[in-house]
Amino acid sequence: MQKKKTYWKNSEQLNYESSIIKKLEQNEFVEKLPIGPNSSELIENSSSSRRDFLKFVGFSTAAAAAAACEGPVVKSIPYVLQPEQLVPGVSSYYATSIADGFDFANILVKTREGRPIKIENNNESKFFSAANARVHASVLSMYDSKRVKAPISNLDSKPKSLEWDDLYLNIKNKLDLLSKENKKVILLTNTIPSPTTKDIIKGFIAKYPNVEHVIYDTVSSHSASEAYRAYYGKLGLVDYDFSNTKLIVSISADFLGDWQGGGFDSGYTKNRVPVKDGVSGSMSKHIQFESNMTLTGSNADERIPCNLNDQKLFLTYIYNSLLKKNNQINIAGSKKEKLDQILSQIKSHGSRSVVITGIEDLDAQKMVLEINNFIQSNAFDTSRPRLIKESDIKILNTTLESIYRGEVKGILTFGVNPVYSLPGGQKFKSAVKKMDLSVAFSMLKDETASICQFIAATPHFLESWGDYEFKKDFYSLAQPTIRPLFNTNQFQDIILKLTENNKTYYNLIKEKWKKDILEKNKWNKVLHDGFYEKSLYNSKPNFKNIISSVNTDKFISSKINNFHLTLYTKTGLGDGQQANNPWLQEFPDPITRTTWDNYLTVSFSDAKELGLKNVNVSNGALNGSYANISNGSKSLKVPVIIQPGQAKGTVGLALGYGRVDGLKKEMQVGINAYEFYENFNSHQSVTVSLTEGFHEFACVQLQNTLMGRGDIIRETTLEIFNTKDKKHWNPIPVVSKNHIEEYVTSKGVDMYEEFDRSIGHHFNLSIDLNSCTGCGACVIACHAENNVPVVGKTEIRKSRDMHWLRIDRYYSSEDSFENDNLVKENATGLTKTMSTLTRMENASENPQVAFQPIMCQHCNHAPCETVCPVGATAHGRQGQNHMAYNRCVGTRYCANNCPYKVRRFNWFLYNNNDEFDFYMNDDLGKMVINPDVVVRSRGVMEKCSFCIQMTQKTILDAKLEGREINDGEWKTACSSACNTGAIVFGDVNDKNSEVSKMTKNDRMYRLLESVGTKPNVMYQTKVRNI
Amino acid sequence: MTDLKKSDFFSFKVLLVFLLILPLSFSSYGQEGDHVEGKKLYNTYCASCHKLNKRAVGPKLRGVTEKYDREWLYSWIKNSSAMIKAGDAQAVAVWEEYNKSVMTAFPQLSNLDIDNILAYTDYIPPVVAQATVNTVQSAAVSQGPSDFIMNLILVLLVLIFAILTFMLVAVNRTLLVIAKSNGFTPPEKKPKKIPRKPIWKAFAENQFLVLITVAFLLLSSAYYSYAYLMQIGIDQGYMPIQPIHYSHKIHSANKIECKYCHSSARVSKHSGIPSLNVCMNCHMYIAEYNGEEDLENGYTKDFYTKEIKKLYKAVGWDEENQKYTGKSEPVKWVRIHNLPDHAYFNHAQHVEVAKIDCQKCHGPVEEMEIVYQHSPLTMGWCIDCHRESNLNVESNEYYAKIHEELSKKYGVEKLTVAQMGGLECGKCHY
Repeated sequence: MQKKKTYWKNSEQLNYESSIIKKLEQNEFVEKLPIGPNSSELIENSSSSRRDFLKFVGFSTAAAAAAACEGPVVKSIPYVLQPEQLVPGVSSYYATSIADGFDFANILVKTREGRPIKIENNNESKFFSAANARVHASVLSMYDSKRVKAPISNLDSKPKSLEWDDLYLNIKNKLDLLSKENKKVILLTNTIPSPTTKDIIKGFIAKYPNVEHVIYDTVSSHSASEAYRAYYGKLGLVDYDFSNTKLIVSISADFLGDWQGGGFDSGYTKNRVPVKDGVSGSMSKHIQFESNMTLTGSNADERIPCNLNDQKLFLTYIYNSLLKKNNQINIAGSKKEKLDQILSQIKSHGSRSVVITGIEDLDAQKMVLEINNFIQSNAFDTSRPRLIKESDIKILNTTLESIYRGEVKGILTFGVNPVYSLPGGQKFKSAVKKMDLSVAFSMLKDETASICQFIAATPHFLESWGDYEFKKDFYSLAQPTIRPLFNTNQFQDIILKLTENNKTYYNLIKEKWKKDILEKNKWNKVLHDGFYEKSLYNSKPNFKNIISSVNTDKFISSKINNFHLTLYTKTGLGDGQQANNPWLQEFPDPITRTTWDNYLTVSFSDAKELGLKNVNVSNGALNGSYANISNGSKSLKVPVIIQPGQAKGTVGLALGYGRVDGLKKEMQVGINAYEFYENFNSHQSVTVSLTEGFHEFACVQLQNTLMGRGDIIRETTLEIFNTKDKKHWNPIPVVSKNHIEEYVTSKGVDMYEEFDRSIGHHFNLSIDLNSCTGCGACVIACHAENNVPVVGKTEIRKSRDMHWLRIDRYYSSEDSFENDNLVKENATGLTKTMSTLTRMENASENPQVAFQPIMCQHCNHAPCETVCPVGATAHGRQGQNHMAYNRCVGTRYCANNCPYKVRRFNWFLYNNNDEFDFYMNDDLGKMVINPDVVVRSRGVMEKCSFCIQMTQKTILDAKLEGREINDGEWKTACSSACNTGAIVFGDVNDKNSEVSKMTKNDRMYRLLESVGTKPNVMYQTKVRNI
Repeated sequence: MTDLKKSDFFSFKVLLVFLLILPLSFSSYGQEGDHVEGKKLYNTYCASCHKLNKRAVGPKLRGVTEKYDREWLYSWIKNSSAMIKAGDAQAVAVWEEYNKSVMTAFPQLSNLDIDNILAYTDYIPPVVAQATVNTVQSAAVSQGPSDFIMNLILVLLVLIFAILTFMLVAVNRTLLVIAKSNGFTPPEKKPKKIPRKPIWKAFAENQFLVLITVAFLLLSSAYYSYAYLMQIGIDQGYMPIQPIHYSHKIHSANKIECKYCHSSARVSKHSGIPSLNVCMNCHMYIAEYNGEEDLENGYTKDFYTKEIKKLYKAVGWDEENQKYTGKSEPVKWVRIHNLPDHAYFNHAQHVEVAKIDCQKCHGPVEEMEIVYQHSPLTMGWCIDCHRESNLNVESNEYYAKIHEELSKKYGVEKLTVAQMGGLECGKCHY
C-alpha cells in the first residue's frame, strides 16, 4: 500500500494537535518579537505607526536633498586696516631661529594671511642652517589645541585661570618672602644660548640673591662640554665640519642624528659624493663603531657593531697607538687588524681625518680631543665652540640632591619637564609639592606644569622674540611671525616684570645688539637675515700642546657586565617635547620604519637566546614580544623589535616617549625611557628578560631586504666606480624584442608613441643616494606643504599611511648588497631558489643599509594613467602626472597598476572628523593648512604632484615680472628641505640646469627602468668607499 | 527703440532743467562772481579739505562771506601762513581753532577766481527740487507723441480691417440675393449624425502613437531634469544683499579703476575685497552723496549717505572730530563668486599677465547697482575661453622662447591658451 510521503521540518510538526503549529498557521512568530527591553509596551504606546516612520524617513531624505541643493552663504571679511606689505594670497617669509634646548637652527618661516604655515631652511646662514624633521614640524606645535591659553593657578583643588597682574603679584609676594628669609629658590631652565636672556637672569638674581640659575639639558652632552672646559677653559662643544675630511672614525657618535646638537649632515655629505675629476674620483671614508643601528651607522662605509666595553677598548687602542706609543692593549684577531688598518689610514690622511665619540664619559671625550688635536684635524674647530649645551652636571646633581632633601623652597622651571624627564621624577614631584613656590613657564600642561602652583603660559617660539649665540661669535635673531594666539607672555618678559624692570625683552635685545654685537651693521638688515657673524674673526683652530690627564687603565676597567643599553633620541620625537605633534608621531623612524612607538631594539642572537619574537600577523602587520628590562632598582615592560645590526649583548631604547600629561589621547604612546637615564648617561647596564604578551606595532615598511634585486638600489664601490666603465656598474637594462635583446631606452622597444617634450619646461627630480642620509626632513616638509593628513596608529597598521614621500630602508641579506645579488644569481633550480629566497627575506646580522626616498615617479609612460576609467589622472606637458581629485571615483586601479606603490587612498574623511583627532578637526590645527593645496576628501586617490603649486608659482612670478626663469628658482617641498643637496629639482629642457647635468651623470639610473615607464625621477647610484 | 526713447527723454530733461536754471544763473552772475565757474575751482582746490555745510579738515564754507571781510578772505586764501606769521588776530584765531593745521596757499588764484568760489559757496539752488518734479511731469507728457502715433496707426488698422470685414459680408449678402433672384438655392448644410470616437480613445488605441508620445515625454523630462540638475550649485545671477549697499555703478561712474580698490588682483590669486582703510582714502572727504538718485528703487541721496555712515561706523571714523575712534568692526560681506575648493584660480595670471578686462568674467560691473554673479563659473565656461583665447605674449620675456617654438610646431601665428597647456587638469586642480 502506497502511503503519501510527508516531509517535516521538525518533530513538532508531526504532532497535529500542537498549539504552536496551529498558531504558526496564522502568525509568523509564536511569540511577540522581543525588541529591546519593554519594547512591546513602547511600541503599543507609541502614536506613530510604521507608515509614519516611513513618512518621516521620506520627508527627512527629501529635506536633506533639497537642503543640499542650496549653496551656503559664504562671508568674506576684509581687514579694517590692512597691514602694509600683506597681500591676501601672497606668502611672506620671515627669518627667525629655533632654540628649544634640543634643536637649534636658523630658519625661514612662510606665512600666509598672517599665519605661519611652513618652515624652510635659511640657506644664507653659514651655520645651523639645516632644519631637521622636528624643526620642520614645529610649526604645527604652535597650533596645538592642548596649549595653555592663559596663566593658571593650581592653588585650589580646581585649576583656574587668572590675570597676569594677579600672577605677578602672587609670585612676587612669595619671592619677596623667600628672599627675606633667605631661602633657596632654583630657576631651572634648559640651555638658553641667549646673551640678552643671560643679562635678564643676572638682573633677576641681583634682585633676588636667593635665586640660583641651574641649567638642565634634558638630553645631555655634559662629558663633551666638560672635556672642552678641561682643555679650553669654558663649557662648550667642539664644532666639527666634515666637508674637507677624508676619514671619519666615529665611535658611537650618531652625528647624523642628534649627537651634540646635530646638524653635521650638510658638511658630511659634501664630501660623500664621488666626483670624477679626470681619472679617479674621491670621497671620504666613514667608519662607525656602535651598538645600536643608528642613522650614522647605516650611512657608514664600514660599520662595526660592538658594545660599550669594546668601544672603550678600541678608542683607547687608537689613542694609545697615536699618542702614547706604548700600546699594551690586547685585542683579539680580526678586530686588531681592522684597528691597525684604521690607524694607518689616520696616519696617512693626517689632518684630513677626524675621530669622534659619543661615549658619555669625560675620559673618552678628552681622548678624542687629544687625538684630534694631535693629528691637527681640519674638521676640528675649538676656537669657536658650539654654545648650545651648557649644563654643568656637577652643579645639576648637587642641586637635584638638595631639592630631593627639601632644602629648596621655591622653583621656577622653563623649557624643561623634570617630573617626566628625570629618572628621579617622582622624587622631584613630591619635593616640588612641598615647596613654598613653584612656577612652570610652559606651553603645555605637562607633568611638571600640572603639579606647580602656577603655570605661566608662554608663547611658541614662532610668536616670540629671541636672540641667540649658537656658536661663538655667530648670533641669531628670532622674531614673532604671528601675534600670540593666546594670552601668553614670554619667559624673559615675565622675569623682567618680576625684576621690576619696565623694559621689554625686545627692547633689551635691540639695545644689547646695537651696543655689543652689531658692530656697524643695521638692526633691520640683521633682523631680515636672521643671523649675524662677527667679522674679523680668526677662525683657524688653535692646536696646542695638551698635557693629558686621562687614565686609560681606569677608563677601560669600568665595564658593563649585563646588557649594554644605549638610550638614544629618535629622528621623529627627539627629547619628547613635541610629543603632541601628530606629524612627528606618524613620522616613520628612518631605521625601523615604525611609527607611533618606541621599543627595545635587540640583536638576532640575543632575541633567539631570550625567546623574544617578532611575528607578522595575517595582514602583514608586525607584532613584537614584550621584554622586561631592569637596572636593579627599576624595571620596565617594553615591546621588542629585532634590529639587524644591533651589536650582540646590547639593546637600544628611545627617549622622549611615554608622556601623558597635556597630550591628546592618541599621542600618549610608548614608554618613558628617562627612567633609565641615570646620571645623564646614555649608556646603561640592564638585564633583559622575556615577559608575556605581544605588542602591536605600526610599521610602514614590512619588506626589509632587497633580496638581490640590485636594480632597485644600484650601488658600487669606489674602486669599481673609478676603474671600470659605467656599463659594468650601472648598465642600461635590456629587454627582449623579437628575441633580440635591446636596450630599454632604444626607440623601437616602446609600444607608446613618444610625446615631444622638448618645448617649454620639463621637470625632473634627481635623488643622489650618496648624499641622502635618510634624515626625513623632506617627509615632514612634504606633509606640511601638501596638507597630507595624519591617519593614526591603527590605520598605519593596516598599511593605510598617507605619506606622499617615503624613504625606503633596505638591509642586505648577506654582508653586502653585492653579495645578495651574487647569491640570488647563483641559486639555480626550483628548490634551491625557493630556499635561498626565503632565507633572503631576513636581513643579515650586520647588514649594509641603503635609503631610497620614493615619491611619485611621474612616469612619462605612466601605467596609472591608462587604467583610470574616469580620466582623473593625466599627464602634463611639463612632465608632471596630474591628479584631479574631484574627478576620482576611487576605483584604486591606478594604485594597483603603479609599480612604485606611491599612490595613497583616502579611506576616510580625515578632516573635520573627530574619529581622527589629530589637527585637521579643530579650528586651531587647521590654521597650518596650505591654502594653495586642496584638502582631499574621502574616497579619492592622492599622490606626490611634484609640488605643482610651487612650479606654477615660479612660472607665474616670472610671467608677472616678464623674465625667464633661472635654474635655482625651481623648487619642491622636498628639494628645498633637503640640506644635503641629495634632492635636486629642475627643468631638463634648460641645458645648463643642475638637474639636466644630473641626467648625464654616469651614476644616473631610473627606477625599474626595464618596465618602460620612463620616470621623470632619477636616482644616482650609491658608491661605497670600501 | 526703448533706448532711443530713454535718451530722448534724458535730453529733454536736461534741456528743461537748463531752461529753468538759466535765468537764475544770470541773476547771480555779475554781482559777486560766477558760481558755475566757482564750482569747478572749488572742486579742484577746496573740496579735499572743506565741505559746504559741514566742518571737515577745515571749516565749512557756506556763509563764509558773511563771517569774514572779503579783502581779508582774498589774502587768507592766497597765503594764510603769512597772515598768521604777521600776527593777524583773526587769522591766528582760525589757525588755533583748527589744530594749528596750515591751509595750503593758493597764490595762483586771482581775486575773480576767489569771487567765483565764494559765489559758489553762497549759492543755494532753491528751484532744483521743483525742477525735478516738473521734469518728471513733463517727461510723462513728453512720452505722449510717439505713443499717440503708434495708437493712431493701430486704431486706423483696426478700422480698415473692420471695414474690410463689413464689405466682405455685404458682398456675400448681395451675391446671395442675386442668386435667389436667379432661382438658385444654395444647398443647406446638414450636420453629420455618425457618432465620432473620442480623440483620447483613438489615441489610446493607436499603440504606435502611445509609444512615440511616451518616449517623447521620457526624453524631454530627462532633458529638462538634466538641465535642472546641471544648474544646481551654479549661482549665475546670485545677487545677495550686502551689509553695506555699495554701488559699483556710482563708483565706476566716478572713473575709479577696478584695481584701485581690488589691488591684490594684480599680484595675488585673490582679487581681494578692499580693506576699509582703502575706502577711507576717499570717504574721509566724501561724507554725503550728492549724485543722481533713483527714486523708483528708493535710492535717494539720503539713502546713500546713510550707507556712507555705515562705513564710518565700521571703520570707527568720528565725523565730528575728523578722527578715528579706534573702535572698529569688520564688515561681513557676502561672497558672490564662490569657486569650489578644488579649483585653483589666480587673478594675477588673468589680470596682469593675460591683461583680460575684469568685465570679461564679472560682466558689466560698472552698471551694477547691486553686484551679481555674471558668469556661470563652470568648468565648461573656463575651458571654452581657454580654447578660444590667444596668449598675451607681447613684451613678456617669459613667453619669448616657448611661444616661438610652440607656434612653429603647431603652425599657427598665435597660440591659444589651450595649446600652451591651459587645458591640462593639473593647471587648475591641485
